[in-house]
Amino acid sequence: MTDSVEIRGLSRAFDGHTVLHDLDLDIREGEFVALLGHSGCGKSTLLRILAGLDDEIGGEVTVPARRSAAFQSPRLLPWLKVWRNVVLGLPGRPDRALAVKALDEVGIADRATVWPKTLSGGQAQRVSLARALVREPELLLLDEPFGALDALTRGRVQQLVAELWRLHGCAILLVTHDVEEALLLADRVLVMDEGRIAHELSVELPRPRDLTAPEFVTLRARLLNWLGVTHTLEGTPS
Amino acid sequence: MTTKPLAAGVLSKQDLPEAPEPSARVTIRGTARTGRRFTVPRSVRRAAGPVGLVLLWFLTSATGVLPESVLASPVDVVRQAVELTRNGELPSAVAASGRRAAIGFAIGASVALSLSLLAGLFRLGEDVIDSSMGMFRAIPWVGLIPLFIVWFGIEETPKIALVALGVTYPLYFNIYGGIRSTDAQLVEAARMMGLGRLGLITYVILPSALPGALVGLRYALSTAWLALVFAEQINADKGLGYLMSNAQQYFRTDVIVLCLVVYALLGLACDFAVRILSRRLLTWRANFEGEA
Repeated sequence: MTDSVEIRGLSRAFDGHTVLHDLDLDIREGEFVALLGHSGCGKSTLLRILAGLDDEIGGEVTVPARRSAAFQSPRLLPWLKVWRNVVLGLPGRPDRALAVKALDEVGIADRATVWPKTLSGGQAQRVSLARALVREPELLLLDEPFGALDALTRGRVQQLVAELWRLHGCAILLVTHDVEEALLLADRVLVMDEGRIAHELSVELPRPRDLTAPEFVTLRARLLNWLGVTHTLEGTPS
Repeated sequence: MTTKPLAAGVLSKQDLPEAPEPSARVTIRGTARTGRRFTVPRSVRRAAGPVGLVLLWFLTSATGVLPESVLASPVDVVRQAVELTRNGELPSAVAASGRRAAIGFAIGASVALSLSLLAGLFRLGEDVIDSSMGMFRAIPWVGLIPLFIVWFGIEETPKIALVALGVTYPLYFNIYGGIRSTDAQLVEAARMMGLGRLGLITYVILPSALPGALVGLRYALSTAWLALVFAEQINADKGLGYLMSNAQQYFRTDVIVLCLVVYALLGLACDFAVRILSRRLLTWRANFEGEA
C-alpha cells in the first residue's frame, strides 16, 4: 500500500519557540491514525500544517490534494442553511441532492433546511462531518471533533466516524487527548511530546473494540504511562 | 480579612460557610402561556407610552396650562397638517427634503461602503484609510457648514454634501468593525473547504459584517435626517427647513411643531424599514430577544 501522507524533517517555530522538531511521519492510504499528546505538544500545529492552513514550515510535507477537516467546534456558517454549509466551497451551483445524501449518511437528512443555530452540539458535529466527507477526501483531518460533546453523544459520534471511515476508506488523522477514543478507533496511535513523535503503537485488536477486553486495558495502561499519567484511586493524577 | 492556615481534615464547623436555613425554599413559578390568561399585545404596550404623552400634551393645551405662544395644541397642529397638505405645500416640502436626504444618503453610503471594504479587506487600505477616518471623525461635521457654503454655495449641493458626510461615518465604522470581527475560525474552516478569496468575501466576511452594517444603517438614516435639519437652515427656498424658518418669522408654533413631527415620522419610517430589513436578513442569528 502506498503512503497518503509523507512528512520528512518537518519543523515549525513560533517566534523562535520551536513547536515541531524535525518530525518524520508516514500515513498509509486508508489508515486511521490517532495522535495523542498533552496540550501544547504540537499536535494541533501538525494538523493545521497538513490541512494547508499553515505553511511557514521547514522540511517537506506531501499530502493528498483532496483532503478536508472537522474541528472541535463545528464551525458552520450561521447564515447558511445546513445543506448549504455542507456543499460550501464545492465547484458549481450548490447541489442540494448531494448535500442531503451526505447528511443522510450522518443520520440527519431531516435537518437539511434549518439554520445551524437550531442544531444540538452532536447534530452540528454531524453536519461538520458531512461537510468534510462530501468532498470525498483521501485524507480526513479530525481535530478533537468529539471534545465538546457530552459522553453519550460522543460515543455515538465516535461509532459514526468508525462506520464512515469503513465506508469511505480515506486515511484519517485524529488529534485527541482521549486515550480510549484513540484505542477504539485507530490502527495506529502516536504519542507526541515536545514536537516529536515520542511513541508509536499499532493497535491490532479486532473491531468493534471492547473497552473492557484485557488487551485493551493493557494497551491503555501503556499509553497512559507514555503520557506520564498514572491512575490510582488514592493518588492524585500527576 | 485575615487568613488562617488550613490544617487538612480539621475544618471545624465554624469555619464552614453558614448553611442556608434548612427550611428556606423558593417557588419557581411557571411562565408558560396557558391561553386563559389575558395579556396585552406587545404592539399595544409599545404604543401606550407615545399615545399617553400626546394625550398629556392635548390636555395641558386644552386647559391653558400650555399657552399657544410656547407650544401649539395638537389640534392646531393637525389642522395645519390638513391645511398644508391640501394646498400642496407640505407634500412638496417633504418631497424636496426627501430628495436631499436620499441623494445625500446614496452618496454617503457608497463612499462608506467602498472605504470600509478597502479598509476591512486589505491591510494597506486599513493603514491608509482607517487612521484618516479616525481623524476626520474628530471634526464635528455640523461645524463644516460654513466651509461647505464657501465651497459649494448656498444651493442644493452643500445640503446634500452635509447629509452625505453625516451618513458616511456611522456606516463606515460599523461595516469596517463588522468585517474585522469576522470569526477567524470560520474563515479557516471555509478556506479548508476550498473557498477562494472572492468566495471568502461573499460567503464569510460580508455576511458576518451584516449585523454591524445594519446597526450602522440605522444610525446613518437618523443622522441623515438630523443633517438635513441643520442643512436646511442654510438659505433654503423649499423643503421642510424652509417651511420651518418661515413659520419662525411669524411665530407659528403650530407649523414649527408640524415640521418637527414630520421629521420625526420620516425618521421613524426609516427606522421601521431597517428593523424589518434586519429581521428578514438576520433570521439566522440566535440572540437574546428580551424578557416577556
